Amino acid sequence: MSDATTRDETIPAGSGALLRALRAIALLRESWIGMIGAALVLFWMVTAILAPVIAPFEPNATLMPFQKPGAVFPGNADVAAGTFLLGTDHIGRDIASRLIWGSRTVLVHAPFATVCAYLVGILMGLAAGYYRGWVDDLLSRLADIILSFPVLVLYVIIIAHFGASAANIVFAIIFASSPGIMRIVRGLVLDLRNRDYVAAAQTRGEPAWWIMVVEILPNARGPLIVDACLRLGYVTITIGVLGFLGLGLPPPDPDWGGMINETRSMALAFPHMVVFPCIAISSLILGFNLLADGLREISLRD
Amino acid sequence: MLVFLTKRLAFMVITMIVVSALLFVLLEIDVDGVATKVLGPYSSAEQRELWLERNGYRDPLGERYLRWLANAARGDFGDSIRFKTPVGEVLWPRLWNTAILGFWVFAVMIPLSLVLGVLAGMREGSLLDRSISITGIVTTSVPEFASAVFLSAIFVFWLKLFPGTSSMSDGFSFRELALPVMVLVLYDFGYVARMTRASMAEVMTTPYIRTAILKGLPYRTVILKHALRNALIAPFTVIMLQVNWLLSGVIVVEFFFAYKGFGALLLEASLNQDIFLIEACAMVAVFVAVATQTIADVGYTYLNPRIRFT
Amino acid sequence: MQLDESAPVLEIRDLNLSYYTRAGEIPAVIDFSLTVEKGESIGLVGESGCGKSTVAMAIMQYMGHNGAIKSGSIKFKGVELTTLGPDALRRLRGSEIAMIYQEPFAALNPSLTLGAQLVEVPMTHEGIGLGEARERALSVLTDVRLPDPERVMDAYPHQISGGQQQRVVIAMALLSNPALLLLDEPTTALDVTVEAGITKLIAELSEKYGTSQIYISHNLGLILEVCSRVFVMYSGEVVEEGSIAALFDRPRHPYTHGLFGCIALPTADKNAAPLRPIPGQLPLPHLRPAGCNFGPRCDHFVSGQCDQGVLSMQGVGDEASHRVRCVRWQSVVHDPESSHGAPQAPIDIGDTVLEVEHMQKYYEVRDRSLAALVSGQGVRWVKANEALDFDARRGETVAIVGESGCGKSTFAKVLMGLETATGGAVRHEGRDIGSIPVRERSARQIGALQMVFQNPFDTLNPSHTVGAQIARVIRKFGVETDPALVRQRVFQLLDTVKLPRDFFYRRPRQLSGGQKQRIGIARAFAGNPSMVIADEPVSALDVSVAAAVTELLTEIQRENETTLLFISHDLSVVRYLADRIVVMYLGQIMERGRTREIFEPPYHPYTEALLSAVPIADPDVRKREIVLEGNLPSVLDPPSGCPFSTRCPRKVGTICDDERPAVQLTDHGHAIACHIPLRELQEVPPVIEIPEAAE
Repeated sequence: MSDATTRDETIPAGSGALLRALRAIALLRESWIGMIGAALVLFWMVTAILAPVIAPFEPNATLMPFQKPGAVFPGNADVAAGTFLLGTDHIGRDIASRLIWGSRTVLVHAPFATVCAYLVGILMGLAAGYYRGWVDDLLSRLADIILSFPVLVLYVIIIAHFGASAANIVFAIIFASSPGIMRIVRGLVLDLRNRDYVAAAQTRGEPAWWIMVVEILPNARGPLIVDACLRLGYVTITIGVLGFLGLGLPPPDPDWGGMINETRSMALAFPHMVVFPCIAISSLILGFNLLADGLREISLRD
Repeated sequence: MLVFLTKRLAFMVITMIVVSALLFVLLEIDVDGVATKVLGPYSSAEQRELWLERNGYRDPLGERYLRWLANAARGDFGDSIRFKTPVGEVLWPRLWNTAILGFWVFAVMIPLSLVLGVLAGMREGSLLDRSISITGIVTTSVPEFASAVFLSAIFVFWLKLFPGTSSMSDGFSFRELALPVMVLVLYDFGYVARMTRASMAEVMTTPYIRTAILKGLPYRTVILKHALRNALIAPFTVIMLQVNWLLSGVIVVEFFFAYKGFGALLLEASLNQDIFLIEACAMVAVFVAVATQTIADVGYTYLNPRIRFT
Repeated sequence: MQLDESAPVLEIRDLNLSYYTRAGEIPAVIDFSLTVEKGESIGLVGESGCGKSTVAMAIMQYMGHNGAIKSGSIKFKGVELTTLGPDALRRLRGSEIAMIYQEPFAALNPSLTLGAQLVEVPMTHEGIGLGEARERALSVLTDVRLPDPERVMDAYPHQISGGQQQRVVIAMALLSNPALLLLDEPTTALDVTVEAGITKLIAELSEKYGTSQIYISHNLGLILEVCSRVFVMYSGEVVEEGSIAALFDRPRHPYTHGLFGCIALPTADKNAAPLRPIPGQLPLPHLRPAGCNFGPRCDHFVSGQCDQGVLSMQGVGDEASHRVRCVRWQSVVHDPESSHGAPQAPIDIGDTVLEVEHMQKYYEVRDRSLAALVSGQGVRWVKANEALDFDARRGETVAIVGESGCGKSTFAKVLMGLETATGGAVRHEGRDIGSIPVRERSARQIGALQMVFQNPFDTLNPSHTVGAQIARVIRKFGVETDPALVRQRVFQLLDTVKLPRDFFYRRPRQLSGGQKQRIGIARAFAGNPSMVIADEPVSALDVSVAAAVTELLTEIQRENETTLLFISHDLSVVRYLADRIVVMYLGQIMERGRTREIFEPPYHPYTEALLSAVPIADPDVRKREIVLEGNLPSVLDPPSGCPFSTRCPRKVGTICDDERPAVQLTDHGHAIACHIPLRELQEVPPVIEIPEAAE
């Protein structure tokens, strides 16, 4: 390229984190796919935050079993009257309320597990890619071994053995995802460590941690953010699948996968019990995936 | 090349051994737990002690592991606790059923995703490309259990075309196989198609494709002779690795459709703490996964002359 | 489609081309006209982004999905190309119009044999069978002087060297005997001595085949060697066109004139005739000024005259084809004497700062192949640097010259402490640093020996502001610690490299290549170094930008009396800058001496070839032609005697293959490592001759 000074005249270049975040959002505006994704994710985030306000009923209250969507609840001594927007399940809990509260479960556990997996994966990837040699050999082989295991087989064995609890699910996700993250980070580091600015840092005697964390890592953030978005989708699927297989969070608290598991034997007679949770989880995953695609599209433009 | 092959095979064996050791430690380090699982929770302490003595469980862990490994290498994983028969008798027919399912999934998925991926990648940014890409994202976003629900709702509940379960109890049946195959293909083809598309799109922007076009070659020749050969190297690896994914996918699908396959068996074994069956299933899964990965690596090297001739 | 053989090979009229991007329409080529007669060779020259490659792609009708021809016509032998259908176009491409590309490796399909890629050309265009096509391919491969064409036919692209790849691409282009050949920087990616061979080959073959050429390059010297007419482009427009003689002797456009001021005279160095960089920078395509695009950078700009309306080409009158896009060309007089700056006093050379004594750097390479394991030759040594001996003094510029693989970068790594020497000593300010890795050096020591890197596009960390990056260096070297003083020092450094102080807050992606390189220089000088290593600091920059950065570097050096170790492959830059030169080949010093001594006999035969290979943008200079045969040997497997023996045109016998030559010294430290006695080398005629009249 020729002597390009600034690409974006409309938004001033700022050094503040807030300004840069605004820039990123402004960029996303140019990808309608990314916008749809962001809207879906945002919808569920708002739903999760406002769950106590917008849920029509207590999620675990057993009111009237086997109600079709739109059925009216006349009210009783404890609970006020209302409409079962999406019907009720086999023991009479309001599906809409359970979906709303269930979004909290997913949106707490999936990001938390992903962030933890990223911490582990980034540490391993930085070490493997920067030091190379035996550190790399060891970590890469370890990752190969864990990754050679079919993921779900791994989850099923770990969780069946240690029991289904939130902590075990998060632990299993970290164990199974961090090798994949490590590989991506390692690949990026192997590329970035040959840049002249890294050589410049080395020639002025910077310590290794500084070079890894300050010189290399910030420049790997683009692909990592896209990957994190995709991975959030995978983790959401995983939590859903585990719930569906009966290995998810223990009942009675609402969990989308668990809701399908509990009612799937009645799916043919009462499709609403399973279809709505399926739509909920699919839309959230779709949101993550579309957002990732939009972010990638934007990152490729520059 | 020979060195490379030996290395890959050695790595495969090492992986199997490491995994088996981890698995063994995970499941059998607590010998009293093992006895409880085998003899049931209502067995007496003496019974358990007797059983442990007789089956050599008081030997050191390392010795037990080596004995287990030797037996496993001969295909002897012990008796299933739940089925009360040797593990092999339960496992092999189930594995065969899953192989049938897997074969059909691949038979449909590979041509579908490659053709769509190549078509999309040929003209990056075209309407066709955008529709294929977005379809791919959408189908990949629906987890298998959800698409199983949706497809059942359509084909079983509404159109009444297929049965809701696929136990295959009356022998092989296409109608029973259709839904499980559809669910798995639906989830996976998007991923493979998008990978193929990316690879093809990248190849189409390379200078050597420009060279081929500016040589005056017909477009067909450019695509078939110059582009495809390079563009299909990456999807080959991706497709081979889908075997690994399939082993995960079948757990959900077989569970949903009550299909008597390997995935349902593994899940059942895990939920019932049938440790010998778990060990056998896990070893089979890892073997299949590692073997396909090895084939993928070797194939990739073979397909890529830049690596083949160095 | 009927080709008219009597019409000009190519006739472009009033061509306007645009790219359509998110930012809107961007005109890439404006008002372009060009006629190419049979057998003629036309040069298109300009800096990056001037639109020269776009012209070639328009002739090929291969613009990508976002490029389009807005108006004008392109006629090939009377046939209008802009409206030609895809089938007719396909029949022309590769058979009548062929192209040679900048990066031969990328232009060849990695998974097809070269033979398969060659034979398909005549098979497609002439419908001949495989056997005949193979015969034809073999004969053309022989024409491009590839050794063992049979073997090349069965090889894959990665199995042959870069120079050989380019020969295959040339063969591919010539297979169907095209009438027009488009060459897009065909030698830019190659080493200098390889470039010379390719350039000569192209000239010979197009004469033999009677092919017309359009030769695109950023290098005025190269254009001078291969073309008869030249078009100078700036920011999408041709600003001047004419015959080589007219344009080089009587440039009329201020930009053309400025370009010559950015190139070192073959007769002078940095003190006698400093470069005169063109001020300002290239306008962005969507921010071009009204009137003359060059106006804002022009010394002769007159407001109300140069910034009005649309400028058209005007005949200059000295010859029919000499035309210029300048409204004031008649009133602008270019004095050839004023093209460069006023002479300056040379820098005083002080005490020795760096002493290199028998420095060696070997790398261990493990061969893990089965054959190596069996024969027990699993470990081999790569001699990246072998017995280096030289020194550098205060205020002096010492250049290390050599092609890829000569070990110049390895030497820089040892100096900087990223690697440690295997043997010998490297003394900086009296202390042996050859075996001290950078982490064990003191901050002062590190700050005293700093480096300017080659690639401006990754010399700065894109994630941090310019200010933060320089400030870090200042603190790291302990120059200042107080935040306010650090900041003050950063501002000072920005002043020194002539950048505005508000660059403190900018991020690297908001900077141009030249500006980034200036920041790189500021960073290197942050710790008041006694010595700076510059590794090809301007080779990735455009001519006018490179001149400015070179001048800046010299100026800062002059002020600080810094020792500069300048690493380069380009002898013309080195001649301009260096006081002394070290010529390296495959890890060894071939010749070293003062700059004047290197450019005059006695020469080492390798220096002789290197001198001959450097294009010079001055039609009066006569060069003796020496083209090296063969490829650079691999560093992994160097010749056992003299490293240059495999390619040396002056090889005296088997002694060259078997024995390492001794270093022969003249009276004042000029050293040559060669078996040929000095007095014989002394009798070699000079490579470059500058007629007295030119002075």
